[in-house]
Amino acid sequence: MGFYVVQCLSGLAQASSLFLVAAGLSIIFGVTRIVNFAHGSFYMVGAYIAVTLAERWAGGFGFWGAVAIAAFGTGLLGVVLEMLVLRRLYRSPELFQLLATFGVVLIVQDAALAIWGPEDLLGPRAPGLEGVVRILGRPFPKYELLLIALGPLVLGLLWLLFNRTRWGTLVRAATQDREMTAALGINQTWLFTSVLFLGSLLAGLGGALQIPREAVNLHMDINIVVEAFVVVVVGGMGSVGGAFLAAVLIGQLQAFGILIFPQITLVIVFLFMAVVLVVRPHGLLGRPQALARAAGNQQEPLLRPATPAGRLVGAALLAVLALLPALAGDYALTVLTEILILTLFAASLHFIMGPGGMISFGHAAYFGLGAYGAGLLVKHFAAGMLPGLVAAPLLAAGGALLFGWFCVRLSGVYLAMLTLAFAQITWSVAFQWQAVTGGDNGILGVWPDGWASPRWVFYYLTLACCAGGVLMLRRIIFSPFGYALRAGRDSPLRADAVGIDVRRIQWLAFTLAGTFAGLGGGLYAYAKGSVFPNLMAIPRSVDALVMVLLGGVQTLTGPVVGAAVFHTLNTEMVRHTEYWRLLLGVSIIVLVLVFPMGIAGAFRRRERAA
Amino acid sequence: MTVLEVKGLTKAFGGVHAVNGVSFSVAAGELLALVGPNGAGKTTCFNMLNGQIPPDAGDITLNGASLRGKSPRHVWRLGVGRTFQITATFGSMTVLENIQTVLLSHHRRLFDFWGRAARRHIAEGMALLERVGMASQADRPCAVLAYGDLKRVELAMALASDPRLLLMDEPTAGMAPRERIELMALTAELVREKNIAVLFTEHDMDVVFAHADRIIVLNRGELIASGTPAEVRADAQVQEVYLGSGAMFGHGPEGSP
Repeated sequence: MGFYVVQCLSGLAQASSLFLVAAGLSIIFGVTRIVNFAHGSFYMVGAYIAVTLAERWAGGFGFWGAVAIAAFGTGLLGVVLEMLVLRRLYRSPELFQLLATFGVVLIVQDAALAIWGPEDLLGPRAPGLEGVVRILGRPFPKYELLLIALGPLVLGLLWLLFNRTRWGTLVRAATQDREMTAALGINQTWLFTSVLFLGSLLAGLGGALQIPREAVNLHMDINIVVEAFVVVVVGGMGSVGGAFLAAVLIGQLQAFGILIFPQITLVIVFLFMAVVLVVRPHGLLGRPQALARAAGNQQEPLLRPATPAGRLVGAALLAVLALLPALAGDYALTVLTEILILTLFAASLHFIMGPGGMISFGHAAYFGLGAYGAGLLVKHFAAGMLPGLVAAPLLAAGGALLFGWFCVRLSGVYLAMLTLAFAQITWSVAFQWQAVTGGDNGILGVWPDGWASPRWVFYYLTLACCAGGVLMLRRIIFSPFGYALRAGRDSPLRADAVGIDVRRIQWLAFTLAGTFAGLGGGLYAYAKGSVFPNLMAIPRSVDALVMVLLGGVQTLTGPVVGAAVFHTLNTEMVRHTEYWRLLLGVSIIVLVLVFPMGIAGAFRRRERAA
Repeated sequence: MTVLEVKGLTKAFGGVHAVNGVSFSVAAGELLALVGPNGAGKTTCFNMLNGQIPPDAGDITLNGASLRGKSPRHVWRLGVGRTFQITATFGSMTVLENIQTVLLSHHRRLFDFWGRAARRHIAEGMALLERVGMASQADRPCAVLAYGDLKRVELAMALASDPRLLLMDEPTAGMAPRERIELMALTAELVREKNIAVLFTEHDMDVVFAHADRIIVLNRGELIASGTPAEVRADAQVQEVYLGSGAMFGHGPEGSP
């Protein structure tokens, strides 16, 4: 009995720290509609600052002073982010800020590496709370009791703040209807800055309070931000009470899940999220999101088939790509092959994000499924490359067909999070199912057949598949099916009223996108000679997102440009500097600020203005 | 010939009887106006006919086939076109592409992944646009059109599927007085030409009295009067409901064209 009580209590302690971080994220999203990837980075920075200061200043004041300063300092960092970057992006297409915050994630990762080094840092215990208490005969850390109390305390304080102050009223008003709040003469800039301060402060506080519990390391950021997203989405975006409820449920799920299925606690959490979202599409306590009214330049532009000049440029590009093997060396060909594959990957994501209006945070799942489709065939049946390249899109299509059925029932950020959940589940399966997938060791020896093994042959094969795939996706966008897909995005109400089964169209589009991503994944497996679970991990999904957004989601050339720019930057930077993340992050932010409609989008605009 | 037949239509939200036992019918080529003060149950009634919300009780039949419990998609396939109070068109497409999309759906061609949609049904689409006076703007994006023009596009979209019944929810809301008259005159003309039955709600009584063949009046979810414009105008109960607003008789300074 005592054992279960202690387990439950430690789940509650975990819930408290999750809640702090998630509440901040939820508040920021509610008001600014920004999916703030950098939130986890603030959490990590909070932890690092607290460790550094707490070591320097001994004693009771030292520890708590360090925590307070870390929280406050992180809050200020949030203000800096808002004033320098986000403020310039509020009029950009939705999700563009997400790209900028992802740039911040990269910068903070390298900055933390430079300042604090790669080793894990152990923080001091909280003075006076070092020991344990006995609960039903079982030892339980005193510090955790403090955390348990802290969650409801912060919830109470936030409630007072939101319901008893003018500022809180404004925040609630802005969460419900941003445009109306602005129309009433409320200074939005100031409101957004202060919201970023509060949200980041909570993240920093969460991180700082974590130092007696776990070693501070450079991977804290992504881990926590994904968990915090899950909590926020399960609770309902923008609902602080919902975040608390979700944090408690997930804390308990983790505490007891680890007893029953020690291997797959992560999957349990994501399965839980998937179930919640299917039953309650807006989270436990969330309400349907008020649609942000288009701010003038946010309407979707027309999509036009290529002009004769455009066709000529496309044909010239293909010709250059076809001639390159004669000029480029092996290394350049390898990079080009990868760029081609990523282009198809990005184009497939663009297909559902642009014309389909469905944002996916987990598109790597289908890329990875494709790679495993090929890899598993090689591993278990010693199959050749061609069957592998057939199996790749098929397995991915199967996965997309299954997951897509659930995903198209949701929209917006909820849909995005469900795709992420499915990607994480797929990743866990690949990671844990040692017997079949080889787990962490991956599948090695996935090489092209003899005839295709020279670099230039494989390059041509990739060019044929990827250029073909991209052109097919393009063709579909201008087919009757593509019209129906865009119709469903533009006005679901009207689409339904003219006989278009929007869900079914979206489901098919989702499956198609997964299929093409799978083809890319299959090619990637043969290009690399191996398949690892990290092909489906979150960073790869984010890469795809960055490529699409960087190129410009509202244009058809966007994913092609985005993939080329992103992969070239990435490869070159890795080659030349240790701090490539920093450089890449800065480049992303600069590109976002210079081209607020994406690179291809900017050119299109200039063309039209001319 | 009766196209739409509604019998005992009822819907309650919690304790509120939004629509209570309403029965009426619309014949081919007839414009029937559904009027009533705010909160009378007009929109609820509409949404039930259209399939957006299921009725608690009652029956809706279109040319003898029941529409009850069918989704908006199926209701449309059975021959019911619709325009919305706030226009709903596909903003990222041109005017012609909007019509083409409806025509593609009507001809059940949506699951064609390879054809070029832009080349389909051009003549048919242009003929429809010609009819509503939008042919010259066929290549403009819907997102940049004036509101009155959007209403015309919607009308063309509603007609594209060759409907037997047209449901129009406040077809002239948000338009300038001159445009209202023109749009309703156009609608009336098209409807008689194609022998379509029309049910519309409207707040502008000038529009109602100028174009409706018959009027039914809802108040608090109940049908309180029905008949020709002249009969409804003379109805004591209707006068009582509308008393004080002056809007019913079109003599007030506001509301006159």
